[in-house]
Amino acid sequence: MREFFHMGGYGFYVWSAYGVALVVLVANVLVPMLRARDLRARLARQARMEQRP
Amino acid sequence: MWTFFHKLGSPRHFYRISGRLLPWLGWLTALLMAGGLYGGLVLAPPDYQQGESYRIIFIHVPSAWMSLFVYVVMAAAGAIGLVWHMKLADVVAAASAPIGASFTFLALVTGSLWGKPMWGTYWVWDARLTSELVLLFLYFGVIGLHAAIDDKRTASRAAAVLALVGVVNIPIIHYSVEWWSTLHQGPTVTKIDAPSIHVSMLVPLVTMALAFKLYYATVLLMRARTEVLERERASAWVRELARGT
Repeated sequence: MREFFHMGGYGFYVWSAYGVALVVLVANVLVPMLRARDLRARLARQARMEQRP
Repeated sequence: MWTFFHKLGSPRHFYRISGRLLPWLGWLTALLMAGGLYGGLVLAPPDYQQGESYRIIFIHVPSAWMSLFVYVVMAAAGAIGLVWHMKLADVVAAASAPIGASFTFLALVTGSLWGKPMWGTYWVWDARLTSELVLLFLYFGVIGLHAAIDDKRTASRAAAVLALVGVVNIPIIHYSVEWWSTLHQGPTVTKIDAPSIHVSMLVPLVTMALAFKLYYATVLLMRARTEVLERERASAWVRELARGT
């Protein structure tokens, strides 16, 4: 296991690369999710306001 | 067949169909990525020249491929929007820009982290690296135009023209390692004769490439759906949808 993280001495470079990739890929999923949630809430609020007499 | 495409072109049907497709795409992406990572990080043997450091290839090369692929999709969608005034094409072009920029950024950063132990430097101004950096700035230009122009149609037109002009950069990036002598190694997979890579490394690489492509499809649909709702918020079907939630 330690050998796996050591990566033959290249651990820093390999895991930094994979770490950056993880952050960027997850961010690209989270950003549209949050934006969709905000937009749906905004649209629902508008709809409620329109329905009020 | 044509009625299917015609329907897909209408924002309302796009929203419905993409909503049904998304979970499948998401799970397939996760599955492929898990398989590719296992194959690349655990199963594949170390390289006989580069040792373990070469394992960066499994994210570097798919990112670099996608940085070009997404750009071509963005420019093509922009052109379709420009010529046929198709709303959905504009949406796809706009949604692709930040994703493509992410892939380009990843290709540059992972390449840099691979370059340090192998070449002794994080960065050199050689043809491949410089043209890829120009690609990142082209993406920033497209994102900037969308952010700066309030009218969505005008923004899409301006961004499409920039994207189309920038297409010249794509073959330059692809052939840069052959046209100029660079520090960057030549193509490993996409060349005329057989790929110079062992099957145990090629399989996870292709799996990761496929996973990245499906990942793009997934996040593109997610972004495009929100963009469609936003642009169509005055229409009857979006109002109906909003009352339902």
